[in-house]
Amino acid sequence: MSVNDLFKQELKVINLGLKSFQNDLKSQEVTVVQVNWKPKAGGKKNMLDLLSKLNKVRK
Amino acid sequence: MTLKTSIKRNAYYDSVTLMLLSRELQKLEGVEDVLVGMGTDLNLSLAKDLGLASSEFDTLTPNDLFIAAKMDESQITMKEIEDAFSDYLNKSSESEGDEEYQPPSLRSAIQALPGANLVLISVPGQYAAVEVEDALDAGLHVMLFSDNVSVEDELRLKQKAVEKGLLMMGPDCGTAIINGKPLCFANAVRRGKIGVVGASGTGTQEVTVQVHKLGEGLSQVIGTGGRDLKEQIGGLMMIQGFESLIADPETELIVLISKPPAPSVAEKIYQIAKTCPKPVVIDFIGGDKAAIEAVGAIPCISLEDAAQKAVRALRGQAYTDFTGFSLPEDEVDRIVENAVGLLKSDQTELRALFTGGTLADEAMKLLGNRHSIYSNIPLTPEMAIENLPDGRGHICLDLGEDQFTRGRPHPMIDPQTRTEFFRSHVDGRTGVILVDVVLGFGSYQDPAGAVAASVREIRQRLSAQGKDVIVIASVCGTDLDSQDLNRSIATLEAENILVMPSNAQAVRLTDRVLQGMKKGA
Repeated sequence: MSVNDLFKQELKVINLGLKSFQNDLKSQEVTVVQVNWKPKAGGKKNMLDLLSKLNKVRK
Repeated sequence: MTLKTSIKRNAYYDSVTLMLLSRELQKLEGVEDVLVGMGTDLNLSLAKDLGLASSEFDTLTPNDLFIAAKMDESQITMKEIEDAFSDYLNKSSESEGDEEYQPPSLRSAIQALPGANLVLISVPGQYAAVEVEDALDAGLHVMLFSDNVSVEDELRLKQKAVEKGLLMMGPDCGTAIINGKPLCFANAVRRGKIGVVGASGTGTQEVTVQVHKLGEGLSQVIGTGGRDLKEQIGGLMMIQGFESLIADPETELIVLISKPPAPSVAEKIYQIAKTCPKPVVIDFIGGDKAAIEAVGAIPCISLEDAAQKAVRALRGQAYTDFTGFSLPEDEVDRIVENAVGLLKSDQTELRALFTGGTLADEAMKLLGNRHSIYSNIPLTPEMAIENLPDGRGHICLDLGEDQFTRGRPHPMIDPQTRTEFFRSHVDGRTGVILVDVVLGFGSYQDPAGAVAASVREIRQRLSAQGKDVIVIASVCGTDLDSQDLNRSIATLEAENILVMPSNAQAVRLTDRVLQGMKKGA
């Protein structure tokens, strides 16, 4: 969907991170889904690097 | 005092929630110092610096929550601190209505929200790039609030976004308004015909607020992140945003805001501006006026000037550089004379304490070389705050910079940092205090009240020396913001704070008072 198509649509947001942003969006009646986010691979840097490499291969 | 640590494994909470919780737990009787955080390297090093780390820290992962407290066990136990922690969390969850399903990953969220079109990402920077990539691969636009994302990742992700025709606003993008909906730190403004692409967060906020005050509105406000116009990124998102506003039938005039871009990037933007069928107003804060004029665009001398010219050009009215005040000149003269008359001869120094980085930068540029101003974001290296001779001289600080926000929220979210700087940096030699008060989504619920309280405290302290101090403020906000512009102004004026209608005018008044002080000396 191009940027100009986005401008014509109702905004629907997925929020990863600060919950306050989700609350602000809700207060403006924006449809928003909060992800119960945790760092991937337990947040371990070597595992993250490995995951990122795997992702690049996958793509 | 005893040092105790409590650990909850695999319990993730966001950093702002935990920083605000640390502040609450700090207030408990018997707690000398406390830090609540996830077991990230940053938090572990902060805990060590604060003397709160224990041997148990060796087992922590970034998915583990810790509470580390120095406490008097005759007054409070770790169990009571843990209970207080849970209470605060539950209270905030109740007030936020947290009963909804929260999918565990971006992929499951995409399934849970059919038709999702934008992903807002504010997870710690080191984990952000992989999430952005997933979002772009799923064909979704991205606003990336997180900082600490590498330039290499930024370039790769923006190239992918451009390839797919998507927005990738950020990293470190604090402000956007898409389809009339403010995202992250943005003000409530009416919709209208002016589109903005901004690489400077509070700069963009100031322009949108001024446009609203002048009776016009915004079609779209696109953020790019502060590095977008550097050589390495090449202005990918500024150009993407600019072109989409050119194609947007709701946008009749376009405003571009950034610190001066790399010359090669500026050139690319000028070439688009040259053939743009819509009027283009460019504020490359302190940028090349002649080059902007040469391509038929409208250059500006301040953020307020950008808004004024945009509104006037939109309405087909003539415009000139706005260098003065909304108030009549004789009234400004009277204010300056009264202000200077209140000061003793040794009160010569400026303390500019900003929460908005672009506003601080604009202040220093407008004050120009008439005053030697030391800063943590200096205009030239020799004016770095470290070079301040004997701690004496004019100071302008961006309190939102990393060095002041380690382990604590940005001062727009939590006024505590500025409150402390009022206490530590204002003394009997201070003549003028200059502040910004930024309202809007994301910002603290009553920033004007926090400034007013600090000013009251400072004046009480100075009155013991038979002194007063001049305080000048501008409020970046609108009547539609939850903190309310007029209420905020009234709160400040009740403390005899001189409130000006824009950052530029607050800076100009500061300049006039400083010059008046020099003459009087």
